[in-house]
Amino acid sequence: MSEAAHQHAEPTGFIRKYIFSVDHKVIGLQYIGLGIVAVVLGMILSWLMRLHLGWSTLAIPGLEKLSPAGAPGNVMTPEYYLSLMTMHGTLMVFFVLTNVPFAGFGNYFLPIQVGAPDMAFPRMNMMSFWVTFTAFLVLIAAFFVPGGPPLSGWTAYAPLSAVGQDAGPGEGWGQTLWALSIAIFCVAQLLGALNFIATTLDLRTKGMSLARMPFSTWAWFITSVIGLLAFAVLLPACVLLILDRTAGTSFFIPGGLVISDRLQAHTGGSPLLWQHLFWFFGHPEVYIAILPAIGIVSHILPAFLRRPLLGPRVLISCLAAIGFLSYMVWGHHMFVSGMNPFSAILFSVPTLVITIPATIATLLWIGSVYGARIRFTCASLFCLGFISVFISGGISGFFLAQPSIDTYLHATYFVVAHFHFVMGVAAIFGMFAGIYFWLPKMVGRMMNETLGKIHFWFTFVGVYCIFMPMHYLGLAGNVRRYAAFTDDYLAPLIPVHQFITIAALITGAAQFIFLFNLVWSRFRGPKATENPWQATSLEWSTTSPPPFDNFGGRQLVVHQEPYLYGVEGSAGDYVMQTSPETVEAR
Amino acid sequence: MSQVDITAESGHAGLMEDSPYGIPSGKLAMWCFVISDAVTFSAVLFAYGYLRIGSPDWSTPFQFSPTILNGIGMTFILLSSSLTMLAAVEAVKAGRKSAGFGWLCATALLGALFAALHLVEWGRMIDEGWRLFQNPLGGSVHFGAAFFSITGLHLLHVVGGVCALAVIAVGYRRGGYNSIDVEVAGIYWHFVDLVWMFVFPLVYLMNVQ
Repeated sequence: MSEAAHQHAEPTGFIRKYIFSVDHKVIGLQYIGLGIVAVVLGMILSWLMRLHLGWSTLAIPGLEKLSPAGAPGNVMTPEYYLSLMTMHGTLMVFFVLTNVPFAGFGNYFLPIQVGAPDMAFPRMNMMSFWVTFTAFLVLIAAFFVPGGPPLSGWTAYAPLSAVGQDAGPGEGWGQTLWALSIAIFCVAQLLGALNFIATTLDLRTKGMSLARMPFSTWAWFITSVIGLLAFAVLLPACVLLILDRTAGTSFFIPGGLVISDRLQAHTGGSPLLWQHLFWFFGHPEVYIAILPAIGIVSHILPAFLRRPLLGPRVLISCLAAIGFLSYMVWGHHMFVSGMNPFSAILFSVPTLVITIPATIATLLWIGSVYGARIRFTCASLFCLGFISVFISGGISGFFLAQPSIDTYLHATYFVVAHFHFVMGVAAIFGMFAGIYFWLPKMVGRMMNETLGKIHFWFTFVGVYCIFMPMHYLGLAGNVRRYAAFTDDYLAPLIPVHQFITIAALITGAAQFIFLFNLVWSRFRGPKATENPWQATSLEWSTTSPPPFDNFGGRQLVVHQEPYLYGVEGSAGDYVMQTSPETVEAR
Repeated sequence: MSQVDITAESGHAGLMEDSPYGIPSGKLAMWCFVISDAVTFSAVLFAYGYLRIGSPDWSTPFQFSPTILNGIGMTFILLSSSLTMLAAVEAVKAGRKSAGFGWLCATALLGALFAALHLVEWGRMIDEGWRLFQNPLGGSVHFGAAFFSITGLHLLHVVGGVCALAVIAVGYRRGGYNSIDVEVAGIYWHFVDLVWMFVFPLVYLMNVQ
């Protein structure tokens, strides 16, 4: 265990430098790269699903090649729709929302922001990426096994996920691979969390007290504590699920279950047990996705408001409170599960309490923005967009926290709209803000602002066009996880679905502007200076991109609070954290 | 090519902020792992309790002899191995190399003995017809599932620990590992011991006829 941040010489070979690298910066970029592959794949899956929801008889050319049984005549079967939905959710939640804002940016910037030359355990860091990559391959393999990907959603509710082939085409090999992939993913996250915690606590440079750490570092730290405890529950849950599927146990399968006209050989298990174990992980996972985005946005905003955020200590306390409370609210996902109705109140109250720190954080952002002379760049626009979608998604959470209202809304598109706004889109906006803000540091070149702003407006308007109407669908009783709505009372809602599909296609296509901008700027963008945004934290006190040991042999000493903007400093209206000058109290 | 030596052992030499707990990173990481692993065991034990409460036909097959007697023996062995681990840590801290090596080997041997007795116990139950999915007494099938998965998870920790102790013992004698590594291994070993203090009453003593 003694490899803690010992000196390692810069490797020269291609493989040690770019593939099996122990450099946290390379590993961070690997996570971000894997996330981009996963997000493109997940987005294409969502396009296919949206097309089917809008026009349920539409033939999508080439789909039959991908899955002859799942899409005969290029029209997907209801089962294949569910397979795509499962893979979309799993890819997005695990390999995008967890990997990019937390593992990706966190790996790259946490050591730099605390002034360390690398993570505490560089080799373990490399291992955690490659274990994650293995999990990704195992998941993708589900597309190519007999039966295709599983049907049970990213939540893998038992008994559907536990009984095996009888439950549907993807419930054979596909579901087993899913459970295996997630179990492997848990191991990688545990390794990563240990590393983040040790680095934050042990490798801070002189003067970088806990109170002087940037918001982003705090968010990554709190997230890793959440991850340490949450993935530790999902791991055994997945192992028990695999035992149910392959070793004949009945942890999650009740007796007397008849599926596909066959009496299942299992007895006595409880599907609710899976839900308890899953959501004990699953709800903290929501915060694993959103807290790093909150941290990134809070870190970026002051540089473009040119003033510090209000109540920095309060904001950090809010993040910690959210992290703590996230363990007490898992039952609000189970109001309609058949759980004892009295326990619904037990979970409803902390769910409403958790909105208090979230609201305080939001008010601090709005209060800080109010009256500021904002520098409108792509990064700051995405930060403001983040606040907008976080509020829009958060408000529907107040409704869903009430068991009586949730009973009606739970299985509808209202919930789809809620979690896509508050967890999906908000975290994605945090990632975009992070990339526009930090890419100059990561690759040494500026991104194109005009293309970026076009990208922002398409994305911002687009996500509202996609997810706002879903609230109306939900209120109208449009159930979720259905492949088509051609019959009955839902048929009049199809034009709304078609509108959403068109919006999703346009918004998705606009992301290629971003990808083009990313690739083009990487090679052709104007060279970035050391500190292009006149920002204050330690990552701006080194070259762009930083050298192998981050600071070129220098050991930085920190003298200042992280966000001294709007002051009289020697460099302008800001004072770097490394600057020894005396700053007048504001 | 950092000019700065910030190895965990050097105590940061005044160039870094002090760690809030004043312990090396490896130790901190092990404590974090132990917390995380405790949550994992809690999840499995929670599942056991959840299913047990939900099963009206729960079996309580264990008799004082041989099962509980064997369990007491195993408990005694594992507790003794924690004592020898303490002695090993004391010895390596004092720099007594051969004593440290000896105590580490003793710990690993006691751990291996525990695992052997455990496997004998498993063999006996399998002979009686217990399986992950089968109850020879006709009661709830969860007994086998819970028994083998919980004790199996613990056994996996013991066997992993024995291997790690053996590697560290040899490495320590050759100079590849230092006293902090031994201490870190000790934290893990005591944790495995502590988990047994939950497993034994919950899985064995609560299932006595």
